[in-house]
Amino acid sequence: MIFSLAIYAPPYTSQASDSAYRFALALLENDHTLYRVFFYQDGVHTASSLSTPPQDEIRYTQNWQTLAQQHKIDLVVCIAAALKRGLLNQQEASRYDKPAFNLAEGFEISGLGQLVDAAVMSDRLITFGG
Amino acid sequence: MNQTPSKKLLFISRHAPYGSSIAKDALDAVLASSAYDQQLSLLFMDDGVFQLLANQSSDGIGQKSFSAILPVLPLYEINSIYVHYESLLKRQITINELVIDSVQIIDSAAICSLLAEQDQLLSF
Amino acid sequence: MSTLHTINKSPFAHATLASCLQVCSKQDGILLLEDGVFGALISAPCAEEITTLIEAGLKVYALADDVNARGLQEKIRRDIHITDYNGFVQLSIEHNCVQSWY
Repeated sequence: MIFSLAIYAPPYTSQASDSAYRFALALLENDHTLYRVFFYQDGVHTASSLSTPPQDEIRYTQNWQTLAQQHKIDLVVCIAAALKRGLLNQQEASRYDKPAFNLAEGFEISGLGQLVDAAVMSDRLITFGG
Repeated sequence: MNQTPSKKLLFISRHAPYGSSIAKDALDAVLASSAYDQQLSLLFMDDGVFQLLANQSSDGIGQKSFSAILPVLPLYEINSIYVHYESLLKRQITINELVIDSVQIIDSAAICSLLAEQDQLLSF
Repeated sequence: MSTLHTINKSPFAHATLASCLQVCSKQDGILLLEDGVFGALISAPCAEEITTLIEAGLKVYALADDVNARGLQEKIRRDIHITDYNGFVQLSIEHNCVQSWY
């Protein structure tokens, strides 16, 4: 089956982000396909390259990057939610004349339509909210 | 965009407006979906029914008013807008207080059936 | 067609489980995860409503890792099934849609 996940909660603040990651691992271990992970609302914070958790805590940004690379998963961050929360890629930072950009590699900024596309193209869409 | 047959997508909006961004984020997703030629429906339940109250004046809190945004929904290819009867009753909201009059008020049993008809649920 | 409902909030603090039970059908499944596993306690609000629906055919599950994390292993109702993430994946396949109550 083809799955997509919608993640609306940030890592560390809420357990939802961790639950989503564990669900992703399980579905891939069971030989299903993960079409897209769509980060919306505070979930966009997962894509920050500046996230620096303590050594003994899980590194969600890196974990998603690794998983996406291994399984060719589309990690999409909603542009509207990202910009207002200070998650910018290089293009947006340049467009808005910001001093830096921080979108982690492997994550792509795009519109809400990608969530709808995920719903259309997947057999199952699972939401993880905080 | 795709060759697959159109799907029945139900957006479920359960949060009150303004206190968190969830309600507004749900509406933005609904509006974005209208471009995708799917069979779209929207359900308001629990505190989500508060989004539908008329006479919201949200300038004082620096947010866009739901009373102004919601009336345009019927123009956006949303097949049906449903409101949970028991959620209205619990909050003592009557139908003539709602800002859209083309909604369908449905009870819990009908929501049960509605969920069973969908291809995907988008939970807000 | 049936729905898998996921609940991640404690029913002692939030009304999400109660709302879910209002619109659940006996063909559906409920998965309690994160703080939602407190809904699997005998003492939980909505315990009677859960009993009625389980007796009618509803299946309710609680995620093992969340039950164990919270020290609830000996306190979970016997009519609620403990499952894991593989079980969560399987449940999402067995039901047609997933509604997340958060």
